[in-house]
Amino acid sequence: MCLAIPAKILKIEDNLALVDMAGVKRQADIRMVSNARVGEYVLIHAGFAIEKIGEKEAEETLQLLREII
Amino acid sequence: MKFVDEFRDRAIAERIVKKIERFDSLKVNLMEVCGTHTMVIFKQGLKGMLPKNVNLLSGPGCPVCVTSQEDIDKTIELAKDENVIIATFGDMVRVPGTNSSLEKERGNGADVRIIYSPSEALRIARENPARRVVFLAIGFETTSPLIAASLLDVQKEKIDNFYIFSSHKLIPPAMEALLESKEVRIDGFICPGHVSVTIGSNAYKFIAQKYNVPCVIGGFEPLDVLQSIYMLLKQIKEKRTEVEIEYFRAVHPEGNRIAQELIDEVFEVSDVMWRGLGTIPKSGLRLKRKFSDFDAEKEFRPKTKKSKENPDCACGEVLRGVKKPTQCKLYRKICTPEEPYGPCMVSSEGTCAAYYKYG
Repeated sequence: MCLAIPAKILKIEDNLALVDMAGVKRQADIRMVSNARVGEYVLIHAGFAIEKIGEKEAEETLQLLREII
Repeated sequence: MKFVDEFRDRAIAERIVKKIERFDSLKVNLMEVCGTHTMVIFKQGLKGMLPKNVNLLSGPGCPVCVTSQEDIDKTIELAKDENVIIATFGDMVRVPGTNSSLEKERGNGADVRIIYSPSEALRIARENPARRVVFLAIGFETTSPLIAASLLDVQKEKIDNFYIFSSHKLIPPAMEALLESKEVRIDGFICPGHVSVTIGSNAYKFIAQKYNVPCVIGGFEPLDVLQSIYMLLKQIKEKRTEVEIEYFRAVHPEGNRIAQELIDEVFEVSDVMWRGLGTIPKSGLRLKRKFSDFDAEKEFRPKTKKSKENPDCACGEVLRGVKKPTQCKLYRKICTPEEPYGPCMVSSEGTCAAYYKYG
């Protein structure tokens, strides 16, 4: 039930954003994500953005995953 | 899809498994607390990729599964009121109560509507001013902030026919209860990624420090889960007990402050009953007194006769990691997703459902 899906912010109006969730456009409440900007990615859970996804951090994680020790 | 596909790379998965295999001297029980992790592990066949010395246990992180039988019975009583519309997330509908279920009541004419977001429950309330909408608020720290946000909207809009039945629960106290019971040995926790978005990694420090159990907060793609297992094994091997964040693209040590403030504004911590775990002190959220006008329990006072779980159903033991679904005498013989006897077979992320579908 704690499923949250990455989505790209397409448009922002007050606390509401239009997001692209795997090709599906949906409205999401973004009041919990401060300074959300168009073009950024957020995690959507039950119609709310619960956090931004850090692009830099995602890239860093992928580098750690590829690491051979 | 960005942030998804790149975390499903098969070749990298195999490389992480090779790293995991190097810890072959460790025989460990690792618990994935979150039901969504359980689903990923089964659906992506991760269990089969792991060496035999790494045993994964599913924890109590499926909100529908841990809802007490009494709470299930109360929601069924609420649904019988013909002036009430029940708004709920899908999985609750088929959970068998002592004598009925929301699904059966719907067959008897009850108005039970499945929603995806609490904002839909608000819409139902606006569109049906003459009726009263009861939203079944279940879920952990991922979900409670949005319920709080919606309730603040209700208050602001002066909607007067909206109530919530709060069965919200908190994850860290449940982890502590499992450790205190000493029923199963847990050598490491894969902590729930999206609960941790809200509460942050600091919330688990006491688990690592007081109980000496390593914690890693993992994301939900296959590579995230495998890497979390690798990080736990590394901690165990190096005799470290820390809280590490694998899912740091979304989780921060201090969590999401706005979400925490929303919870604090609307809810207060209370003792609450969990299926399988009994009453755990300070493990639930109830509405604060200033929101009592929206409290379905206070408004409707649903009466339940003695709530009883099916005595043969092993959901409780499964939720504590004591039994595997295959050790339950109902599993597959008479308890199936088509005709479930316990919530762990109903919920899409219940351990029994995962075993049935992919086990």
